[in-house]
Amino acid sequence: MTDAASGRGTRPRVGLFVTCLVDLFRPTVGFAAIALLERSGCTVAVPEVQTCCGQPAYNSGDRADAADLARRVIEAFEPYDYVVAPSGSCAGMIRLHYPELLADDPDWGERARRLAARTYELVSFLVDVRGMTRVDGARLAATVTYHDSCSGLRELGVKEQPRTLLHSVEGLILKELPDAEICCGFGGTFCVKYPEISNRMVADKAAAAASTGAELLLAGDMGCLLNIAGKMKRDGMAVEVRHVAEVLAGMTDGPAIGEGR
Amino acid sequence: MQPTAHAFPENARAALADARLRKALGTMKSGFQGNRAAAIARMPEWEELREEGRRIKDHVLAHLDVYLERFEARVVANGGHVHWARTAAEAREAVLAICRQAGARSVTKGKSMVTEEIGLTPFLEQHGLQTVETDLGEYIIQLRREPPSHIIAPAVHLTRDQVAESFRRAHGGLDPGRPLEEARDLTDEARAVLRRKFLEADVGITGANFLVAETGSTVIVTNEGNGDLTQSLPRVHVVVASLEKVVPTLEDVSTILRLLARSATGQEFTSYTTFSTGPRRPGDPDGPEEFHVVLVDNGRSALLGTESQEVLRCIRCSACINHCPIYAAVGGHAYGWIVPGPIGAALTPGLLGLEEARHLPNASTFCGRCEAVCPMKIPLPKIMRHWREKEHAAALSPTSYRYGLGAWAWLARRPSLYRTGAALAARLLGRLGRDRGRLVRLPFADGWTDWRDLPAPEGKTFFQLYAEGRRPNSPGDVR
Amino acid sequence: MTDPRSQILGAIRRSLRRSPRDAEAEETVRHRLDHHPRNLIPARTAVGPDGLVELFVAQATAVAATVERLSSPEEIPDAVLRFLAGHNLRPAARVAPAAVLDAVPWERTPTLDVTRGAASADDLTSVTPALAGIAETGTLMLVSGPETPTGLNFLPDNHIVVLRRDQVVATYEDGWDRLRAAGAMPRTVNFITGPSRTADIEQQIQLGAHGPRRLHILLLDVQEG
Repeated sequence: MTDAASGRGTRPRVGLFVTCLVDLFRPTVGFAAIALLERSGCTVAVPEVQTCCGQPAYNSGDRADAADLARRVIEAFEPYDYVVAPSGSCAGMIRLHYPELLADDPDWGERARRLAARTYELVSFLVDVRGMTRVDGARLAATVTYHDSCSGLRELGVKEQPRTLLHSVEGLILKELPDAEICCGFGGTFCVKYPEISNRMVADKAAAAASTGAELLLAGDMGCLLNIAGKMKRDGMAVEVRHVAEVLAGMTDGPAIGEGR
Repeated sequence: MQPTAHAFPENARAALADARLRKALGTMKSGFQGNRAAAIARMPEWEELREEGRRIKDHVLAHLDVYLERFEARVVANGGHVHWARTAAEAREAVLAICRQAGARSVTKGKSMVTEEIGLTPFLEQHGLQTVETDLGEYIIQLRREPPSHIIAPAVHLTRDQVAESFRRAHGGLDPGRPLEEARDLTDEARAVLRRKFLEADVGITGANFLVAETGSTVIVTNEGNGDLTQSLPRVHVVVASLEKVVPTLEDVSTILRLLARSATGQEFTSYTTFSTGPRRPGDPDGPEEFHVVLVDNGRSALLGTESQEVLRCIRCSACINHCPIYAAVGGHAYGWIVPGPIGAALTPGLLGLEEARHLPNASTFCGRCEAVCPMKIPLPKIMRHWREKEHAAALSPTSYRYGLGAWAWLARRPSLYRTGAALAARLLGRLGRDRGRLVRLPFADGWTDWRDLPAPEGKTFFQLYAEGRRPNSPGDVR
Repeated sequence: MTDPRSQILGAIRRSLRRSPRDAEAEETVRHRLDHHPRNLIPARTAVGPDGLVELFVAQATAVAATVERLSSPEEIPDAVLRFLAGHNLRPAARVAPAAVLDAVPWERTPTLDVTRGAASADDLTSVTPALAGIAETGTLMLVSGPETPTGLNFLPDNHIVVLRRDQVVATYEDGWDRLRAAGAMPRTVNFITGPSRTADIEQQIQLGAHGPRRLHILLLDVQEG
């Protein structure tokens, strides 16, 4: 812990929190995250017992199940210097909500606070903690636009960091998305509980993306990306969708999200 | 008003299908959001002011009983009267009794959400009092017999031509060929019609943005000046206010006023901020002869000391509403009660109960914009989550949803079983969507696939690939 | 003890888990009300006396009030006349029965029809004094009293306010200090910032919703006395 905090001379050990959506839908993002973390000078481990951060239960009012899952995550990741997730939503859950969720438990509450303090969303970790200012070797000749996912933006202050790194990708042109900070309508279970409202929101997001003329939309959270890609494909829009880590790690050879092989 | 919060999904569907509503709501972003951002950019101390606002209201709530007693004592010392009402019915009766005692026949009203909440205007009308809403937006919706759809812009859901239709129908004596296309024409016509109402009213009823304990003053904030004509011309001024409106001192009001207009309309200050302290004084050439304050509880005292106490800091600026993507999609009527948007979702279950209002705190993506713009730093998502916890504990959510969630949580506690399940799902979905890269229909996921495709998984899970020894190849080094 | 008042106060105390006569709470409240401490004051008004007048004018103008600067009260009648002529308005004004406006030589401008007293429904223009001008937001602070009936501020279409430059203060809090120094809280204190406006129809701003369509400030470059 002190090694990691004190400098970059040693290789801090990062526990990668893969997230359930990356695990199921987009393993490439997990490998991209490992690549980027290693290039930033970290040793990456992937604790095997991880499943989900518990946010669906927490946001559905099921505190007991959420607390139970939180304790499991804390236990699994305590050995590492940092916890990093390729998702502002899951990182925000651990960083902001675990301490609140376990506040009444003196032992677990303290452990939650200690883990929360060293938990980060991937791209902000690379820039803010590892001091990365550019990604060398990444190349993508494309006009892209970027959606600021809500949890990363408002809970963790992820805004400039992805833009900083994207600007160093050779050949990439970033065109800002109108209303980039407005929710895409995913919202976890919201998108299936109130599908018509969610649809209106994601339709607006898709239209905003199309209006930029970009070929590719990026974001840092799989929930938003599945939602936006799903809407664009349903409506026959040509804009492709990827996780920002894929581009930063130069892992864009496979099909984009929702694209056939 | 009969609440229809329980029918939120149906209300929302109807709203989404309404093209005129979509057009009307389209003006909100450039207006409210842009103006607020510009006003805050001119106030470098904004974050400190928010913190002070929060502190003032928390202090008041922690001493609410004492502040209310002090406020009451000052009102009485100034020659006014204070009426306490536990419920909406008691509040309505109190106002009616004041009107009867004054021998009133006609009443003018300023915009007040608490009078909407207690259903005051229809009640007074039923009892034979001509009661006229004088805020332009409120006047329009009174003509249309609609509830407000927004707390500071009650007619924001309407377009110009809808307002013109209502005016042509209501203002019978005027030239039918008169032009009513522009907002200017409509505003001038309402001004002329309402001016007569102001002059003939026996009682003027206003709400209060604040009650000042130090002086016994009630404070209203308006841009139109209708509240001032309402309260200064008739013989009797009745203020209806909920308990939590009390603030300690004139200095404290000043601090909160710095937050209010900027958050609401993006103005630095509202056109008219008026402090009323008792009835007219000896020698005063005008002003009301009687001054009454009706203090309404209607469920507030029960929120104190609970997880949702912080909603009582609300100053009804509407910033959360103006920045809410759900509100922007469905408008205010879908929420089915007086206060819509995030603050409504946090407040309404506490006032009407979860059985009626359980949808409202669920109808949020927790995107957090509401909390980020709230001048009183009310943790709106957190309060909505508390209501979801109560809903979960009371098993009010649909059984299928709770079972699904329970099954998933059970699985998530068993990593190896979870891995197997995830691998199976990835393989199955991956196969189904292999060619197109997406699925257009999926059983039990209609909520998703009715509206958008489901991108197909890549085929194997991350943990399968990782266990197989796959690792990223690292091209180049990083500076 | 079953009247609504006792029940409401009792319910609040139960929620706050407090006894009816909590000496500490009462003392906290009494202290705050007696001392009414200031909270944070935004730095924008730290500009010196001349800067304050400039700030007041800039802020008032920004909210669609108009300002004319005069060097003596004797210029007021002509200024009123000019303002009315400029808007094609009848040369008549209802002037507040205030001592400070008694000294104005109205009779020297016979083309201006001046009546004194409270507002009537058909007055088109009023002239009133103010207690203070608040530079922070270009806000006028007006108080009710025997010399200053409130109706003059709202009934006429055109409201002309006479303000001396030494009445311009920095903040609302400074305004409250002036008021406290002048005595008890009057029946009505009006903070007026620009003319009446509404945006209730399609969010388009219209001036003159119910109150004055025009707010004109005559700023006198003179000291009291």
